[in-house]
Amino acid sequence: MVTLTIDGREVQAEEGATILEAAKESNIYIPSLCHNEGVIPYGACRLCLVEIMRNGRQRLVASCLYPVEEGLVVKTNSERVINNRKMIMELLLARCPDSEVIQGLAKQLGVEKTTFKVEEDNRKCILCALCARVCEEVVGVSAISLVNRGVDRQLATPFYEPSVVCIGCGSCAYVCPTGAIEMEDVGDTRVLSMPHVKMEFKLKKCKTCGNYWAPESQLDYIAKKWNLAPEVFDNCPNCRD
Amino acid sequence: MTSLGSPDELETLRKSIIKSRDPNKPCISICGGTGCLALGGASVINAFKRGIQEQGLNTKVDLRITGCPGFCESGPLVVIEPNNILYQRVTEEDVDQIISQTILKGRVVDKLLYLDSKIGKKITHENEIPFYTKQKRLLLANNSRIDPNNIEDYLALGGYAALGKVLSKMSPEAVIEEVKKSGLRGRGGGGFPTGIKWQSCREAEGDTKYIICNCDEGDPGAFMDRSLMEGNPHSVLEGMIIGAYAIGAHQGYIYVRNEYPLAVRNAQIAIKQAEEHGLLGENILGSGFDFNISISRGGGAFVCGESTALMASLEGKVGEPRAKYVHTVEKGLWDKPTGLNNVETWANVPLIINEGADWYAKIGTPKSKGTKIFSLTGKINNTGLVEVPMGMTLGEIIYDIGGGIPGGKKFKAVQTGGPSGGCIPESLLNLPVDFDELAKVGSMMGSGGMIVMDENTCMVDIAKYFITFLEGESCGKCVPCREGLKRMQQILTDISEGRGKNGDVELLERLSAAIIDSSLCALGSTAPNPVLSTIRYFRDEYEAHIKDKRCPAGVCKELITYRIIDEKCPGCGLCVKACPQEAITLVQKKKPVVLDQDKCIKCGACYDVCELGAIEVK
Amino acid sequence: MNIEGKKVTEKVGSILGNYQREKGMLVSILQDVQAEYNYLPKDALMEVSQGLDVPLSRVYSVATFFKSFSLKPRGRHLINVCLGTACHVRGAVRILEKIERELGINPDETTEDLKFTLETVNCVGACALGPIVIVDGEYSGEMRTDKIIPLLDKYD
Repeated sequence: MVTLTIDGREVQAEEGATILEAAKESNIYIPSLCHNEGVIPYGACRLCLVEIMRNGRQRLVASCLYPVEEGLVVKTNSERVINNRKMIMELLLARCPDSEVIQGLAKQLGVEKTTFKVEEDNRKCILCALCARVCEEVVGVSAISLVNRGVDRQLATPFYEPSVVCIGCGSCAYVCPTGAIEMEDVGDTRVLSMPHVKMEFKLKKCKTCGNYWAPESQLDYIAKKWNLAPEVFDNCPNCRD
Repeated sequence: MTSLGSPDELETLRKSIIKSRDPNKPCISICGGTGCLALGGASVINAFKRGIQEQGLNTKVDLRITGCPGFCESGPLVVIEPNNILYQRVTEEDVDQIISQTILKGRVVDKLLYLDSKIGKKITHENEIPFYTKQKRLLLANNSRIDPNNIEDYLALGGYAALGKVLSKMSPEAVIEEVKKSGLRGRGGGGFPTGIKWQSCREAEGDTKYIICNCDEGDPGAFMDRSLMEGNPHSVLEGMIIGAYAIGAHQGYIYVRNEYPLAVRNAQIAIKQAEEHGLLGENILGSGFDFNISISRGGGAFVCGESTALMASLEGKVGEPRAKYVHTVEKGLWDKPTGLNNVETWANVPLIINEGADWYAKIGTPKSKGTKIFSLTGKINNTGLVEVPMGMTLGEIIYDIGGGIPGGKKFKAVQTGGPSGGCIPESLLNLPVDFDELAKVGSMMGSGGMIVMDENTCMVDIAKYFITFLEGESCGKCVPCREGLKRMQQILTDISEGRGKNGDVELLERLSAAIIDSSLCALGSTAPNPVLSTIRYFRDEYEAHIKDKRCPAGVCKELITYRIIDEKCPGCGLCVKACPQEAITLVQKKKPVVLDQDKCIKCGACYDVCELGAIEVK
Repeated sequence: MNIEGKKVTEKVGSILGNYQREKGMLVSILQDVQAEYNYLPKDALMEVSQGLDVPLSRVYSVATFFKSFSLKPRGRHLINVCLGTACHVRGAVRILEKIERELGINPDETTEDLKFTLETVNCVGACALGPIVIVDGEYSGEMRTDKIIPLLDKYD
């Protein structure tokens, strides 16, 4: 175990834990947008930056990535940290002015409005890449990724066409912090709406109750991956013994 | 060619090469670097080849196509040995005369000699050219003596002796101590002590380690690494092999930016020849040490000059940097300990081993040892590569070596450190080039780009240029860089186009502070430097743009007007033809032309074509 | 698979072989594919993904990240205008604007007749001779706006 100080409080953490994990364990709040326990930390949103003092040097580090050290002194609310958080929110507000999530978080962090010219195309994607990271690390099909570079960066499928490897599981929609990916099951079809691509998937019909319950492609993938007999998914979870 | 089995065999080969060369035999050395080629060097080379053939001089005269010596302003360059005669701005038409006069009759062709305008005299010998004499060309001097595609040229000058010494007499730890003692600091921009980096890498856990040579030289205006890699690739290879031995790595990579095809080609040939001679590969010089080098090309991404982005690219991924809380010397390429250094850093290593750390440490300042190559460009008379001891002042470099500002214009600022650096004004010209001194004034050494600006350079335009460049090169991963630079670019564009508002400078400063503090990598965190330094030293220019809607330097298109100076215009009509918008008309022959401001798009075509200075830009 | 498809598989397969199908060499592999086709065709990228066993999304990300790659067919002649700092200070922007006006295209675009593709590059390391324009690998230094048309006329 490692002992460090966060905001004047002595806190214990496991070796190898990050500052963010240690803070969460001790109910100390550090905002973040691109962090999710299910995937490797990415360090892109920069909201989780905290100020550390080490070897007489003070600097800002991403708490989602920085490993705890014995005797580390961490400040989550210093003036420098607050100023940076506010600027990040101003920049995100200008990028996604209509996103309720961003508006709410901004207010929470003390930012009422943004100084910058707002974008007009009603985007909600903040390029946190959680969707792509989950698709790669958890689901394992890598159907989507971040394409282009810099200000032209976008979340997309190859060639902006419906992906042939996407199984329609909707993990991306589930994990997206701003609701930029929408998933809707209508009748026998699941519609996945991403910022630049829309995909449709045929849903499987339960042999017993007749409800449509999961994309066939997702079930095929699971069956193949775990070597299951295809009949395993003939019934929906409600109708299974 | 049998592989050399020991350092002794290397020395034997070296002696026999030197013996077989007649120092009195005429040799024509022509610069084959990218710069001289761009000035028509290829046709000069071909003309010499033809001329020598036609005159039957094949066995009597050697022709050597060399690397770039950096005297670019005077290219294409030709040096005639053994008398060390330098001819500048040589054209295809001059070749016959050079052969008939200098080669066959030993006479100098006066019109091709360099003219020192300061003393009004022509200079015959290469080693007397003032541009060279004030430099300390430890790394660059050999460029004009070596054909980069012939390893024997490098061997004849003592090449690979350092490697032989290391493999036969020094332990890896001893090599690291020597490099530490020398005080060598990274030449790519970071300035990190090289010996300490090597030591950390050697001590890192794991048996598989890598060496990388960063030849992604992305700073616009910098071409030191290009010249070293094109002109003397073996000096870099030798440094890498020594470094690999010290660290305990058996695989190395040279990452060359895609825009340097000649550097890629020459490095590939050098590796092949080194392998043939047993200087690379298995059991190098019979020492039992194995090391291989592969070349990888970039794809046009400035961010891949950042070490973690470079490594991502080498792993077949996009060039996204990652946080360096765990250093790359511990977890780098493929998560293995990796020693990455810049081209110039590697090239310094054989020098340190050959001459000793004590000798090296005598050059430079207390904290910045050795020499540094700068690419001196922009509004300067002697554009080219300049190698000077650390500690020489900016003024000495710009005026004594660079020859000052052309056209009698006034010096305004010099930009060092590329897009990560800052502009230094006239008041600070006595600043010595030193890692820490440059950082103190808001700039940095960077990789060595030194861009000189005069009274006709607009500092707001320069800030906008750098931010636009960095916005386009940002990988897009983190919010402060991707979104922040975009907003800085918008504000600077507004200012340069007459839409600046009160408070814009303060907003730029506030935005800069956040970007510096919260960006993920050095691209973002240093991006505001050019903006902050121009605000620091040239705030009045920003205020003129914002308050008066005026561009004092006459650059920002929306704020300037082109005007015909009637008294100087004879009505020749050249500008009328040049104007793409037909905005200029010759109303009456031999009378001044008339410029329609409404049609004028400020393209400058008329200004370029008028030889009488009758067009004014304000 | 039709004849064309088989050719792509063979061609790409041979390029992959030159790099021992090493995943890390993806950027160099794409450089060679582009050298072969003068751009990166979609089916070639799909072949690379299959042959290297790398997700297509990753290949596409890399192909769109690096500026030297084009996913659209390029013209017979490639014009590169250097916009490095030294060239900028010497008026490179005006040179670029002149070419844009003459050809009616923006950077990263190709003329309708597929004759010229215009690209910009951030420093080629020949700073002493700025502004520089490179056409099909041939460098022309000390360019001026009035030298552009004679330069472009050399190519057909």
